[in-house]
Amino acid sequence: MQGDVREHLSALEECGASTIRVRRVDELDRCDGLVLPGGESTTIDKLTRTFGLRDPLRARIADGLPVYGSCAGMILLADRILDGPRDQQTLGGLDITVRRNAFGRQVDSFEADLTVTGIAGAPMRAVFIRAPWVEQAGPEVEVLASVETRGSEHPVVVRQGGLLATSFHPEVTGDHRVHALFVDMVRAAVS
Amino acid sequence: MAENTPDTPIEHGSSRVKRGMAEMLKGGVIMDVVTADQAKIAEDAGAVAVMALERVPADIRAQGGVSRMSDPDMIDGIIEAVSIPVMAKARIGHFVEAQVLQSLGVDYIDESEVLTPADYSNHIDKWAFTVPFVCGATNLGEALRRITEGAAMIRSKGEAGTGDVSNATTHMRELRSAISKLTSMAEDELYVAAKELQAPYDLVKEVAKTGKLPVVLFTAGGIATPADAAMMMQLGAEGVFVGSGVFKSGNPAQRAKAIVEATTFHDDPDTIARVSRGLGEAMVGINVDEPARSIQFAQRGW
Repeated sequence: MQGDVREHLSALEECGASTIRVRRVDELDRCDGLVLPGGESTTIDKLTRTFGLRDPLRARIADGLPVYGSCAGMILLADRILDGPRDQQTLGGLDITVRRNAFGRQVDSFEADLTVTGIAGAPMRAVFIRAPWVEQAGPEVEVLASVETRGSEHPVVVRQGGLLATSFHPEVTGDHRVHALFVDMVRAAVS
Repeated sequence: MAENTPDTPIEHGSSRVKRGMAEMLKGGVIMDVVTADQAKIAEDAGAVAVMALERVPADIRAQGGVSRMSDPDMIDGIIEAVSIPVMAKARIGHFVEAQVLQSLGVDYIDESEVLTPADYSNHIDKWAFTVPFVCGATNLGEALRRITEGAAMIRSKGEAGTGDVSNATTHMRELRSAISKLTSMAEDELYVAAKELQAPYDLVKEVAKTGKLPVVLFTAGGIATPADAAMMMQLGAEGVFVGSGVFKSGNPAQRAKAIVEATTFHDDPDTIARVSRGLGEAMVGINVDEPARSIQFAQRGW
């Protein structure tokens, strides 16, 4: 609907997936997996409601559709949200409480090396842009990476079944290991 | 703010962080607002960001005088009022206004021809800042010069405050056709192309290879209707700035929402038709040829 869709599409294609943009229900119906991109979560929330995509999305997620959300996408996948406007809704599915703009404003945005459990090789360069973090995660949620800020650890990569979320934007760095992991998750779900 | 730990060297204000911020705004609408209430209306309508300024371009045009950075109290009020990114304008070349805006915590600075230029030779050295900058351009050479100075996002200039979309169209077509011309050039022709564009060779070569600017390209200046926004998207803009077009119209909340929706579904005439119904009066507007030459904003910047 809005955000860095093109970057996600090219990262997924480099991982061997075939891709379409989803703005309508019939496009959603053709997908075996879905990426909720980086963008403005309040805008994406409003557009999915206005154009009747919210309920079909929730139904597919409940039905086990694998979904990966980066940044705004993490917010949309969270069951609970802090620091959003009062009327902001999420699609839900991930049993987490997410805090919007948790690291601060754009001047506080940063990149850092991050080791993610389940992703082999050197640490990845993670780009955090007005990023959220996970404030609280339910028992079913695996925390795959955290960032330490002011002495406390905040989860920034989480997975629960077929749902994967990162606070940062692997789609802007050219390191497609997170997308490869997600493509594997989709392949496993389909077969 | 994130702190450095031995295994995570942290970098603020890198090109990826600055340009990446603009990537997240793509497909969205950024709206000019002059009060916290207007900012709330913009956020409720689905804007991806707001631009805080003292007067919208139509009023700057009507009232004349020197136009400057907004009052810090007013910017604070808008930052407090909304959760979406807040941008603000500094005068061309006024690096201290930019320093002040960075200290206020705005998310993006627009070094804008809509304000009165503070320096008629130099633009701001934008590499010196952690906060990212967006700059206007009327053609490819101008866009590449701004990127050389550190701009992390470009918008076509159009003619702000007129409600006349014709200049935005001209600038967007000019940018796109210059880019496509570069992509079809032989490699040995790019040296002369760089000279003619008055832009660095490396940047020209990169555009020739990728067929796009290395930063996000939005449109601005004169967009007043959902169809205007959709046309600019079809012409290759990656998103839309709306200045006077929303809050100088009869029904700002509904028009703002309609422009957001038409931007998302810019290639779907049925949706554009539906959201264009019942919006009331568009801003009256003035023809781009009407403003005296001295206040044609697009001529500012070089």
